[in-house]
Amino acid sequence: MSEEAAAGFTAELRRRPTRPLRGRIGAALETVLIPVAALIVSLLLFGVFVACAGVSPIAVYRYMIEGSVGSWFSVQNTLTRAAPLLLTALCTALPAQQGLLIIGGEGAFVIGALFATMTGVALPNAPSWIVEPAMAAAGIGAGGLWIGFAGALRHWRGVNETISSLLLSYIAIAVLNQLVEGVFRDPASLNKPSSPAIADAAMIGNIPGSEVHWGLVVGVVACILAYILIRHTTLGFAARIAGGNIRAARMVGLPVGKLVLLFCFLGGAAAGLAGMIEVAAVQQRASADLITGYGYTGILVSFLARHNALAIIPVAVLIGGIGASGGLLQRHLALPDAATVVLQGIIFVVILASDALYGRLPWLTGARG
Amino acid sequence: MPFQPISRRRLIGSAAAIGATAFGLRPRRGFAEEDRTVGFIYVGPHDDFGYNQAHAQGAAAVKKLAGVKVLEEENVPEDIAVVKTMQSMIEEDGAGLLFPTSFGYFDPYILREAPKSPQTRFEHCGGLWTPKDPKNIGSYFGYIFEAQHINGIVAGHASKSGKLGFVAAKPIPQVLQNINAFTLGARLINPKATTQVIFTGDWSMPVKEAEAANSMIDQGVDVVTMHVDSPKVVVQTAAKRGAMVCGYHCSQAALAPQAYLTGAEWNWVDLYPKFVTMWIKGESIPNFYRGGFKEGLIKQSPYGPKVSDAARQRADAVKAQLIAGNYLIFKGPIDDNTGKIAIAAGDALVQTNSSDTKLESMHFLVDGVLGSLPA
Repeated sequence: MSEEAAAGFTAELRRRPTRPLRGRIGAALETVLIPVAALIVSLLLFGVFVACAGVSPIAVYRYMIEGSVGSWFSVQNTLTRAAPLLLTALCTALPAQQGLLIIGGEGAFVIGALFATMTGVALPNAPSWIVEPAMAAAGIGAGGLWIGFAGALRHWRGVNETISSLLLSYIAIAVLNQLVEGVFRDPASLNKPSSPAIADAAMIGNIPGSEVHWGLVVGVVACILAYILIRHTTLGFAARIAGGNIRAARMVGLPVGKLVLLFCFLGGAAAGLAGMIEVAAVQQRASADLITGYGYTGILVSFLARHNALAIIPVAVLIGGIGASGGLLQRHLALPDAATVVLQGIIFVVILASDALYGRLPWLTGARG
Repeated sequence: MPFQPISRRRLIGSAAAIGATAFGLRPRRGFAEEDRTVGFIYVGPHDDFGYNQAHAQGAAAVKKLAGVKVLEEENVPEDIAVVKTMQSMIEEDGAGLLFPTSFGYFDPYILREAPKSPQTRFEHCGGLWTPKDPKNIGSYFGYIFEAQHINGIVAGHASKSGKLGFVAAKPIPQVLQNINAFTLGARLINPKATTQVIFTGDWSMPVKEAEAANSMIDQGVDVVTMHVDSPKVVVQTAAKRGAMVCGYHCSQAALAPQAYLTGAEWNWVDLYPKFVTMWIKGESIPNFYRGGFKEGLIKQSPYGPKVSDAARQRADAVKAQLIAGNYLIFKGPIDDNTGKIAIAAGDALVQTNSSDTKLESMHFLVDGVLGSLPA
């Protein structure tokens, strides 16, 4: 394909569809109304479920609101739980722009946390403005290379990235366990094998005036940066073309392989950074407690956000809120912990099913083909 | 959970309650003023036939006390989630005494939260409280290896092959104490008895636990015991394969009435109401509390139908000595399974109610254990 033709093709892809005003407003409304409606339907279905278990749905809704947003304490609880999900969701959302399905965020999280801890432990007396960036760099680098490796296997060896990234998570967890029970174990950690702790001064602490750690700010900024990268840079545009039609992307000469490696690296870097924050803001040392499941919940968040980096923010807050209210449901209504998992499952299925509605609500968007 | 239809009255009640909330009335403060609130936090399901169920049984005993309201939350991981649960129980539900029961909750989470809530009492299972730690933390634990020693005596009598099996989570001191005490008990009866150990690597690994039990039974092991969070899978696997089993944490007899010999159980049912009563009366609960049969922190499951009279007599005799306080399990000379001296003649690891860490830092497997430890 000639350069001219390539430019024409790109321009064609770039061109905004010309639609009547009603249609454009409708399309914007659609992206808000459909998920909200799906959420309401999910909550109603969950109400039926708890009613079958002999618990009043009204009481459930009341405690869910109280536990997630009902007080300053619950708001902070929700935001704290949302913070790591913002970053681990990006691990799925970024490679998804190219049609890659990465589900290994857990591994990148664990390996990022492990290398960040090692860095922190290696610099016991350095000032925090050196230790914290060094730990962050270690987390980003380790997590990025971990998922980047899954991307490399895909690019050079044709290995399915979904399977390889999942299996890499098991390897990451095994590496963590091996090290904290072996050479990287603090001999004083008798009944709970753990690494030595990083210095108190190296901990990143909470946002002033709150109990929420700085990971929330880092996560929101990362989501915004990812959105800009995907929507407003040629790099992101190229990745989306490769995701839409890889042959066309190759035809126009896009470096598909490099894009795969880059986006996998960035996704893994986000999850690795989440791991670093988990150590530097919460756990202070590496142990089996780093296997938090945030990486797996991140997959859920990314899918619910339809891999839109900005939409990850409200979705992570939603999932954080469900987690925050789970305690009240257990304590006051004697609902088992599994109830919140059921709710997450219902929301997941209903939102995915609601995908079928996009563009099929003529009263909303006007006539569309 | 019982499935029952929701009554109209309940629905109306809830609707009224939601109305009340809308007008700023906090319904959860509605219970009687003199009620004191106690919170229990579990790392796994409260009905796991194991570690968490033993604590939940203790919580159920506390519920029977007058003027006490009990809050329970299960499946709380050892990360920020337990911090939020503790804070929520304190701030939203007014809990004054917490039992965060998983070992991993202690450091750093309880150690960090306790100074922020000086009015709250934190009682932790297994932690090693030291005098430099906050005074509103208590740590308690039972010498459950004494009951594993009794398990070993019963197993030594019951086993025909002399091959015993132990499914263990991690090679940490608390687990090694159990493996060694069990083996020493069995070898009192049969000096040639061996205990095959398989470490699964984590506290809840149902598939690996079943594989471990199966492979040991394939090799001729006829009595199995374990130290994992939920012994359910091992007990059921052993029973299905025709082997016998000694339980752990709480009684699993209901899962295998025939194959279940006996078991090492926590006695939180006695301890928790005692602690809660002391707290209500304003008495001070010890910051560091340890004990075995003598102090009533542990107990033995009733013997199953396959336990012979000779086994019962021997086991009861040793138990009586332990209760009297004149029996030491880890008394030298004891060799480890690599031929080195683990405990020299004249030396012993004594069960004492102090933060002496000699027992708590055990790192060897006694002669007769088939297995090895990481360096």
